[in-house]
Formats: sequence, structure tokens, C-alpha cells
Amino acid sequence: MIAEGGLAALWLAAALSLLQLFLGIAALRPGGAHLLRVVRPLAVAQGLLAALAFLILIWLFLRTDLSVQLVAANSHSAKPWLYKFAGAWGNHEGSMLLWVTVLAVAGAAVALLERRLRQDTLIATLAAQAAIALGFYAFLLMASNPFTRLSPVPVEGNGLNPLLQDPGLAFHPPTLYFGYVGISIAFSFAVGALVTRDVGPAFARAMRPWILAAWVFLTIGIVAGSYWAYYELGWGGWWFWDPVENASLMPWLAATALLHSVTVLATRDGLRAWTVMLAVVAFSMSMIGTFLVRSGILTSVHAFAVDPQRGAFILALLILYIGGALALFGLRIGTVKEGSQFDMVSREGALVANNLLLTVILGIVFFGTLYPLAVEAVTGEKLSVGPPYFNTAAGPVALVLVAIMGAGALLRWRSDRVKALGNRILIPVLVAALAFAALLVFAPDAGMLPLLGLALAPGVAAASVAPLWKRNLRRTPIFIYGMVIAHLGIAVSMAGMASESAFTKETLVAASPGQIAHVGDFSVRFDSVEPIAGPNWTAVEGRLTARRGENGREFQLRPQARMFSSPPTPTSEAAITTHWDGQLYVALGEEDEQGRWQVRLWWKPFVTLIWFGGIMVALGGLLSLVGRLRRERKIAPRTDAGTRADPEAVSA
Amino acid sequence: MKRGFIIWVPLALFVGFAIIFAIGLYAPVARTVPSALIGQSVPEFELAGALPGRPGLSSGSLRRGEPRVVNIFASWCIPCRAEAPQLEELARRGVPIDGIAVRDRPQDLAAFLTTYGDPFATIGADNDRRVQLDLGSAGVPETFVIDGQGIIRHQHIGAITSADVPAILAAWEAAR
Amino acid sequence: MRALLLALAFVASAPALADSLMPAAEYANKQLPDARQEAQARALMDTIRCLVCQGQAIGDSDAEMAGDMRALIRTRIQAGESPEQIRAWLVSRYGNWVTYDPPLDAMTWPLWAAPLLLVLFGLWLVRGRFKRRRKG
Repeated sequence: MIAEGGLAALWLAAALSLLQLFLGIAALRPGGAHLLRVVRPLAVAQGLLAALAFLILIWLFLRTDLSVQLVAANSHSAKPWLYKFAGAWGNHEGSMLLWVTVLAVAGAAVALLERRLRQDTLIATLAAQAAIALGFYAFLLMASNPFTRLSPVPVEGNGLNPLLQDPGLAFHPPTLYFGYVGISIAFSFAVGALVTRDVGPAFARAMRPWILAAWVFLTIGIVAGSYWAYYELGWGGWWFWDPVENASLMPWLAATALLHSVTVLATRDGLRAWTVMLAVVAFSMSMIGTFLVRSGILTSVHAFAVDPQRGAFILALLILYIGGALALFGLRIGTVKEGSQFDMVSREGALVANNLLLTVILGIVFFGTLYPLAVEAVTGEKLSVGPPYFNTAAGPVALVLVAIMGAGALLRWRSDRVKALGNRILIPVLVAALAFAALLVFAPDAGMLPLLGLALAPGVAAASVAPLWKRNLRRTPIFIYGMVIAHLGIAVSMAGMASESAFTKETLVAASPGQIAHVGDFSVRFDSVEPIAGPNWTAVEGRLTARRGENGREFQLRPQARMFSSPPTPTSEAAITTHWDGQLYVALGEEDEQGRWQVRLWWKPFVTLIWFGGIMVALGGLLSLVGRLRRERKIAPRTDAGTRADPEAVSA
Repeated sequence: MKRGFIIWVPLALFVGFAIIFAIGLYAPVARTVPSALIGQSVPEFELAGALPGRPGLSSGSLRRGEPRVVNIFASWCIPCRAEAPQLEELARRGVPIDGIAVRDRPQDLAAFLTTYGDPFATIGADNDRRVQLDLGSAGVPETFVIDGQGIIRHQHIGAITSADVPAILAAWEAAR
Repeated sequence: MRALLLALAFVASAPALADSLMPAAEYANKQLPDARQEAQARALMDTIRCLVCQGQAIGDSDAEMAGDMRALIRTRIQAGESPEQIRAWLVSRYGNWVTYDPPLDAMTWPLWAAPLLLVLFGLWLVRGRFKRRRKG
């Protein structure tokens, strides 16, 4: 009966979202303001019901209730409990339920916590969020019901794809979805503000914490996913420009641009139309990404069953929501007054440049991902667009973007003098130039992009911490620290990426016992292989002993080649050891006829900086969020929106 | 500044992509990679016989004036077992069939032919997939119809089902 | 299998790849003795699409056929062919689909023009947002 309870909760949540939508529309009519008292609790109840349905699904998976089709198809009683738990979202229906749950819970959070937005805009926002939720409830209930029963009940389930049997699955999808779907709030805010013509600094200040929160989650999700791919696939790659990866990157690019443009709107009352547009685009990218992934329309590694039915359903939702929002934008934005103009050399000038370049990168990723599809649809020809294109097209733009990021934080709001900027930026420029010269001498063979990246990173790092220079560190607002740490994180991450692509060393050997291979300055001795068994897999485990340099300390490496029992699938568990200056990455392949084992070894200098920098970026976002909220609490909100200057304008 | 048409650009772009999505959905991306050599001459190759005492296959023997069917297969490939009866059927209708055995050991191949039938005039051993790659074939089984001048006229990807037999026959007839 | 952004994409478990019983080709997993040639081969392998798994390059694919293609590339590089000749040869067999690095032709020029057009369009869009700087 419990599965039916989950289904009932979903139906009820769908009904509530419909009610929320209608009451929201009614409340916006003259004399309907009192209805807000009803709309808020409705949104909260809807969120709770969706969460209940999701918890029920998790419960069914934990119990391995094989009478539920989804559990039978994607789980197995012999799995460790963690993967039973995470298996709930390790499939199409479950992940879509998570999608809708995040959507509803985000709407509930806005209803509970948002106190600064104008009443009518808040109602319109909640109505928009309900409208989005309604479509996705319909998708779940009509085309992807996670609670369908199975009869007769099978004796055992099919099991979970072994690649997903990893702690990463418990962590990565939820964080990614909180960001990916959480950004829907920005979309609803934008629609709400368009409906009530409330695009201004007060609206921007209300929206900013929500964007920050979603963006922090999205950042963590992408970083986690990248590290997961890195250690789980056994080839040492960390980003492949796969369509599915791009689907998660595009909302992040849009949300990053939005984060900065909303600051300009809050501080200087500029970029009005642009900010609203970005808020619509960010969540549109999430929806398009979901469509691309779920419809199986693009060839990706993720071999899903192609299902035009589901694809068509999501496409209809896309047309309804994105088309609707863009049409509303076109109709309404004319009535939103132009924001103020800027001085070219100023903080907001740099932010406009940042937005422009982020949007260009977004365009490149979007276009490159969809171009094969477009060509095939029009001419029937097949072509592939992959890493070489994305690196060549987006790489240089990203470098310029990062350079502007370093300079931008050193500029004053409103207007600045070129000469003053020159004085402030002198040291970072010198640092970058020195680094570049040193690299040209010591690493002339590294490619141009990695070389520039490595040279730029220390310069940008220096520029990023410069805003703290000569400040009273105890009295500096927390959000300034947030900005500094996030920007520093970008520089750190870029250094890691450039270093990995410039300096990685690869050694492939067919090893027999006692044989020694060298990679970087490590010597690795292949000792033996041993059979071992896990709960639902067997494996051969390589025993290797590694040593750094001539007389470094010996340490053990244990890469595995696993074979899972249900479904029978081989996977590779690389042995990765982290050193202060990089990672030694060792993967075990197959045995050849002479009984030698294929071993792949990589030395990847400073590769960990990629994810360490990513975590810094997320942490910076978090500090920024905390700082903003604390500050907002100190400064009592004024009802007459837009008259009070943003604290930032004062502090810069 | 007049905003004029600019504000409608995003919507126009989106509509364009939505149309492409719709086309893409209903003409789903075929997961097969066809050879780019259809309509062109077979590349030069020379394969030794895959079984002792059986002739091998070379590009020269595909240019002797009669159309032939070349079947790329292997004893370790499960779908190849499923298409064996259809190959027998083609052979019964007078179609000369040459085999290219991919990465196959003679003893496994002999056992396969004993179990599933042997419609092949010749079988070449492609032990390192060089010829398969040369023909633009992306997997096993695949079947090519080649006319008497050595021009590739038709490619069938995957196992031949009984429904596919007429098309292959027709392609072979057309190549005469 | 490749990039596991599985939050978005939960892979239907892929069928275990049918592999032959023969050992992998010599150069499938063995590096060329000449480091410069190996670097050329590696760079090429990372931009050739695997015909079996389709979502990844042959440079990091476990499919047997990818191994055979790696062996083919290494052998040809060793024989003195240039990476671009080998790429062209593969394209002549499988079409543009096989290369992740689309050549510039009638079909792909929009790809390379797009970034430039985007930048120009963006600049045109923001031109009205900036005040003229007063002299002094």
C-alpha cells in the first residue's frame, strides 16, 4: 500500500499546484491581495507532499520492494544499503521525481522565507513556480510513474549499473539537482517581476540569495561529478565535453553571469532587461539539458533507451515554459525602463564584460552541443563536435574572462581612472609576466592555452586577494571575503587544469611480477594480482609498490578490475595516491596471453587543484550568501523599494 | 536606444531550436555509423585464409565481373549466429558470399561453421581488424554488396533478419 | 562509458561488450618507443570517436575495437604518416562522424564562425550601455 501512498501524495501535490496557480492569478487581480495568506501555505504543503512521495520511493528502495517495477528494474537485494538508498535516483523515474521534489521544495522555501519581495511580485513568483511544477507533475504521473506495480512479483531485481555503485552517487546527483532545479526560483522571480513590472534594485536584492544558494549547489555538484568521472572511469580524464556534462555546465555559466548581473542591478540599477533575460535563460538551460538527456536525442555515453514519447512530453513543456517566458519578456520588457548607463572603466563595466564573455562561452557550448543535431536534422549528415572544438573555441574566451575577473575586482563602482587602475594592477601583471617568462624557459613544449593559463593563474590570484590589501580585515564584510575566495578558487582551478594538460606523464606497460615501470619520478613495481570478492562483485586486485625518487618511502597501490554479478559488468577501480604536488593514478587492465597484466600509470601534477579550486568557488559563494543575509538582517528592510543604495556601493 | 526587434531575438532562437528538437525526436539519431565508401571501389587488401586449406579473400577477387556479398562476422559474435540461416538462404538463391572473419581463431571458426552452417565461398582472416576498418565497417556482423567492378553498392549493418533478405537480394540483383 | 553526470543521466546498463578471444593488438596498449611520435599518436587518439561506445574517444575507451584503432594509429605514426593523413583516412572510411575535431568545410564553418559572431553581437548589444568618457 505504501507505493500507492506515494502516488497519492504526487496526485495531491499536483492538485495543490493547480490550486496555487489559480489562486495566485486571482490574487493578482484588484482586491485579491488577501489571498496571499492562502498561497503561501499552499506552496509549503505542495513541497511537503512532493518530499513525502520522494521519501516513500527511498523507503521502497531500502526495503527492495520488488512489487514496484522501478525497484525490480534498478535494484537488487544483495546491494549494500547505501546503493539501495542512492539507487532511488539512479534511474529515469526516480531522478525525475527528485527533480520535481527539488522544484516543489524550492517553491516552498520561497513561500516560507521570502520577506523582502513586494507582495504582488511574490504571489506572481509562487504562481509561476506552481505552473512549472504542474507540468512536471503531469510528466511524472502520465509518462514516468515511479510507483507502478509489477505483477507477478519477481524473485530478484535486475540490479544497478555498477558504475553507479559508488559513494559518489549518493552525493553528486542531489547536490547537482538542488542547483540545477533550484535555479528555477530565479526563473519564477523573473516571470513574477515581469508580470508586476517590478524589475529594480529591490527585486534584485531579494533574488540574489536564492541565486547564490542554487549556484553553490550547482558548483559543488559539477565539481563532484567531475571528480567522480575521474576516478571511476580509469583513464584519468576529468572533463570530456560530453553532451550530458555540457547540460550541467550551461546552467552554471548562465547562473554565474546572472549572479554578477544581479549585483549590478542591485547596486547601480543597470542591466534590468539583461538580468531578467539571464534568469529566464539559466533555468531554460536546465530544462533543455533535462530534455537532451532524457529524450536520448544526442549520442552520449549515457546509453538510455531512446523514448520519443517522453522526449515529446518534455519538449511540449519546454515550448510552454521557455516560449511563454520569452514571449512575456518581449511583451513586457518595453515597459521596464532602461537602467542607468555605465562608465566603461568601472566595476560595472568589468561586470558587463564578464557577462558578455560568460554568455559567449555559454553560446559556444550550446551551439557546439546541438550543432550535430541541427546538421543531421537538416541534411542527414553525421558529424561530431568534441573536445578539440570546445577547447579551441571556448578556451581563449575563458582566459580573457579570467583576466577581466582579476582586474574587475580592483575597479571602483561608478567610475575609475585608468591610471589608478594601472597602479593597482601593476603587481598582478608583473607576477603573470614573470610566470610566463619562467614557463617559456622551463616548459616550452606545453601548448599555448595551458601555458597562458598557468601564467595567468598566479597573476589573477594576486589580483583576487588585492581587495583585502590595506583593509581592516576584522571589519571587512563577509561577502567581500566570499568574492575573494571564489575568484581565487577560479584561479586555482585554472592552474590545475592547465597543469594537468601541460605536464601529465603517461606510461603503459604489460607487466609481469617483479617488473618496474617509471612514470614521472616514480618507480612502480608490479608484485602480483590477487582475486578478491565484495558483496556483489569479484575482482582481481593488482598489488604494486611505488616509490618516489631513488630512496623515497615505499607505498602500496591496489588498483582493481571488478566484475559485478548483477548486471554482469566490468568496471575499473583506479588506485589514486595524492601527493603535495599532484596525483599518481594507476589503473589495471586485462591479462594477455603471456600472463602479463596491462597497467596504465599517470603522474598528474597539481591535478587536485582543479577540484580544490572548485570547492573554493563554492565556499566563496556560501560566504557571500551568509554575509548578505547577515547584513540584510542588520539593515531593516525599507518598504519603499529602490531608494536605499546597496551596501556594496558604499563599501567599494 | 530603441530595443525594437532585439527583444524578440531570444524567442526566435528558441523557436528555431525547438523545431530542430522536434525533427530530431521523430527522426531519432541513428546509432549506426554507415561506411563512407558506398558507391566507391573496395580498397586494396589481401587476407589469408581463415581456415587451413580454405582460400582467403583479396580485393582482386571482388573485381571479376560478378557481384558478390561480403559478410563480416566472427564466431564470438552472438548476433552472427542469428543471421546464419539468412546467409544460408542467400546462398541457396545463388548469391556468392565471401566471409571476413574478424579476430577469430581457426578452431573456434571451424566449430562455428559446423554448428551454424557454412555458406561462404572464401573466408579471409582479419586478425587485427585492418580490413574491417578499411571498409568503414563499425562492428560485426555487417554485410556489403559489391558489384563486378569492385564497387560497394550496399551496406547492411547488424544481423540480417528474414525481413532484410529481399533488400539484400535486390541490391545484389541490381549490381549485376 | 564516460563522463558520469549521472544526476542527469542514469545509464541503462550497457550490454557487456562482446570481445573476441584473441589477445589485444600489440600497440593497442603499448606506447611507441619514440616519445614525440607517441605524443602525436596520443593527441590523435583523443580526437577520434569510438565506433562501439560512440560517446567517447578511442584514447580512453575499453572497447576492443578502440584498441585495434589505437594500434592502427600507432603503427601508422611509426611508419611516418602524419596524424592529419591518418585522420583523413579514417574520415574517408567513416565520414566526419569519426573525428571530434570537425574539419573546416561547407558543413562546419558555422561552428567556427559562431564564437566570433557572438562576440560581435554582444559588443553591439552593450554599446549603448556605456557613457562617453569625458576628456580629463
